[in-house]
Amino acid sequence: MGLFNLPTGSRIQPGIQHPPPPGEGPLRRFEIYRYDPDTGANPRLDVFWVDTAQCGPMVLDALIRIKNETDSTLTFRRSCREGVCGSCAMNVDGQNTLACTRALGDCATDTVRIYPLPHQTVIKDLVPDQTRFFAQYASIKPWLQTESPTPPDRERRQSREERARLDGLYECILCACCATACPSYWWNGERYLGPASLLQAYRWIADSRDEQTGERLDALEDPFKLYRCHTIMNCVQVCPKNLNPAQAIGEIKALLVERQA
Amino acid sequence: MTAYKIIHHYYDALVVGAGGAGLRAALGLAESGLSTACISKVFPTRSHTVAAQGGISAALGNMGEDDWRWHVYDTVKGSDWLGDQDAIEFMCREGISAVLELEHYGVPFSRTAEGTIYQRAFGGMTTHQGAGTAQRTCAAADLTGHAILHTLYQQSLKHRVEFFIEYYTLDLIMDDGVCRGVLAWNLQEGSLHWFHAHTTLLATGGYGRCYFSCTGAHTSTGDGCGMVIRAGLPLQDMEFVQIHPTGIYGAGCLVTEGVRGEGGYLTNALGERFMPHYAPKAKDLASRDVVSRAMTLEIRAGRGVGPDRDHLHLHLEHLDAALIEERLPGISQTVKIFAGVDVTRAPIPVIPTVHYNMGGIPTNRMGEVITLDANQTDQVVPGLMAIGEAACVSVHGANRLGSNSLLDLIVFGRAAARQAAATIQPGQAHKPLGSLASEAALTRFDRLRHAKGTQRTASIRLAMQKIMQAHAGVFRTGPLLADGLRQMQETLASFADVSLSDRSLIWNTDLVETLELANLLPLATTTLAAALNREESRGAHAREDFPERDDVHWLKHSLQWLDETHTLRSAYRPVHLYTLTDAIDVIPPQPRVY
Repeated sequence: MGLFNLPTGSRIQPGIQHPPPPGEGPLRRFEIYRYDPDTGANPRLDVFWVDTAQCGPMVLDALIRIKNETDSTLTFRRSCREGVCGSCAMNVDGQNTLACTRALGDCATDTVRIYPLPHQTVIKDLVPDQTRFFAQYASIKPWLQTESPTPPDRERRQSREERARLDGLYECILCACCATACPSYWWNGERYLGPASLLQAYRWIADSRDEQTGERLDALEDPFKLYRCHTIMNCVQVCPKNLNPAQAIGEIKALLVERQA
Repeated sequence: MTAYKIIHHYYDALVVGAGGAGLRAALGLAESGLSTACISKVFPTRSHTVAAQGGISAALGNMGEDDWRWHVYDTVKGSDWLGDQDAIEFMCREGISAVLELEHYGVPFSRTAEGTIYQRAFGGMTTHQGAGTAQRTCAAADLTGHAILHTLYQQSLKHRVEFFIEYYTLDLIMDDGVCRGVLAWNLQEGSLHWFHAHTTLLATGGYGRCYFSCTGAHTSTGDGCGMVIRAGLPLQDMEFVQIHPTGIYGAGCLVTEGVRGEGGYLTNALGERFMPHYAPKAKDLASRDVVSRAMTLEIRAGRGVGPDRDHLHLHLEHLDAALIEERLPGISQTVKIFAGVDVTRAPIPVIPTVHYNMGGIPTNRMGEVITLDANQTDQVVPGLMAIGEAACVSVHGANRLGSNSLLDLIVFGRAAARQAAATIQPGQAHKPLGSLASEAALTRFDRLRHAKGTQRTASIRLAMQKIMQAHAGVFRTGPLLADGLRQMQETLASFADVSLSDRSLIWNTDLVETLELANLLPLATTTLAAALNREESRGAHAREDFPERDDVHWLKHSLQWLDETHTLRSAYRPVHLYTLTDAIDVIPPQPRVY
């Protein structure tokens, strides 16, 4: 019988058990994925305790509290802290989300488990390498493409109805929660564009001002780039902005079918 | 010291920061044929421009009569006459084409029934010099900053700007008073990079994080301002810190002024609309400094809401739910998450919150950095430019009007790129520099990386933030500021005793936060010093011991230097009380009533 091992660097070991902080406040237990690129040792799960009376209401508040008070080597991205920049995307209690808008009150009560976004190369702790994700975004040419001349001293007209078609599309914050929650993307992430890039591809197809719809559809008509979406819908479930990439992907497929007819 | 291998890069132009101003400049530079690098400590769409909500002002006149000259008047009045009128004229006039250009780039602006850009009312924006309310603020729902930032990033991709993302810029490389580039640190690989450039544009944003509570991102740490003051150059008008009337109570997240622009209003514990008492004409749409002071006075008088009577209510539940969904979807979501309130049913708990720095790196209207020569006259710092919130042009003077910030980014980002393109030949030779030119920057980096003192970065940062919160808020007094400055000098000195635990070169955020704190501390110190110096009340700087504006003594910009021995020095520059062209007359100082 064959004996299979996980690749080096992917077997998670028990880590450091930090003692609870002194004080009377209600304590919350956290298990946090740690990976140190300088040693290259297997990742570990460190245990931390946070006095929730001394901490803000969100998962990000707890991470910052831990970094400030217990272990300043804990590494994660964060910026806006209000769910609009997409920096602090990570996996909390098994679900991809933004740490800044996920309330501790909505997390598991015994232990909050925090991992980096899945199926991406981890650089350090909760920081994954998103180079490929952004390259895929760039590959769909996410900018307005027109043939007709731009009116020199006024805007391109767009009716309210035309503009309304962009609602639910343009608000994407490129946090990668959706793509890294998608099993198709896990398997074929090098060739399948994934829900975020396809949502943005549709955002430009749906824009009445864009005049390259045919070329955009041509570029997507590919067994891997588009058709690896099997409507698993994890993207919809995890999107922290309540967007629906699966629907946008369906719209692209429908346009391709319509075009053939 | 550790021997660091340094990787050299040569570009015509360098942009530090990839927010609205940095991206607009970078794409202008790339378009002009200059080889351009853009360095950012965060992925471009994570920059704080993304959080701007309400809109970008420009006198398009899509929703009623408008004229850019009225926009100039409103901006000068909003600035409490501290704004430079030539630069303000430039911004308001150029703003129209700059905003239309954004639409041509693809920004998904909301629309009018005619298909033109939707514009909403905003604080201090009027027609006919205060006679009517202008609808001047161009909006993409309440996600305008997001829409603009993403579009500018997309255009940068189209124009193939070369990005260096998640590189932290350490210091300017100065050579005999000329800026020759920067030294930066690649977080992912842990390598150090020397960027040589003929011009370096700082577009690094504001420094809200020197306060305990602010609407700014964790990354709003004034890195460019910190580099400039370390280079021995002055910062301007640092005492002017905008406190936005409506941050969410507790969380500090911004609730756009667009809420009031769409018909929202504030009430106190008696359920009374109090703004008409303070600003009879503009009411809830008075300038931000005016509204924040009124709110603070209401709370002081015991008319705050909540168990501690320490905040107020912002109402929009009287507005049509469909209108809220169309025009204010972002804040509806944010308020639900951070205050647990459904805006269609209940008022939002709000409190004035630190929001914007009018002060920063002094520049002319082309974005060139200014210092004073031995004769106290303006002198351009060769090779160095600054734009956006990091800069002080000054178009905002003592108080910025809402939606003039996004405009500032776009207009001066574009103007700075044009100026650089006009003065640099693509591919011109770089001055050879010895390794000595980067030594100071490298030594500082290595010293902090190995810092083994007794005080955590987080504890020094918290001390700074608490001092600023308590001593440099909505209302100030001489003794309060003097005490704050004394404490801040101690905190600044305590930084020599900082301690880190992460020694890695790869994604060492312990070190990043320490370097950010090293930038914030001098900015906090100069803010307090400038506020203590300025013995008058003007715009956002309200001195209870000097409640009146004093044009005889204080109609001038203040400059602050802080040297390595922590010694402060101040000087002044005249306000430009002249316009750029004959298209508009100078607006002489008048009493500021809303």
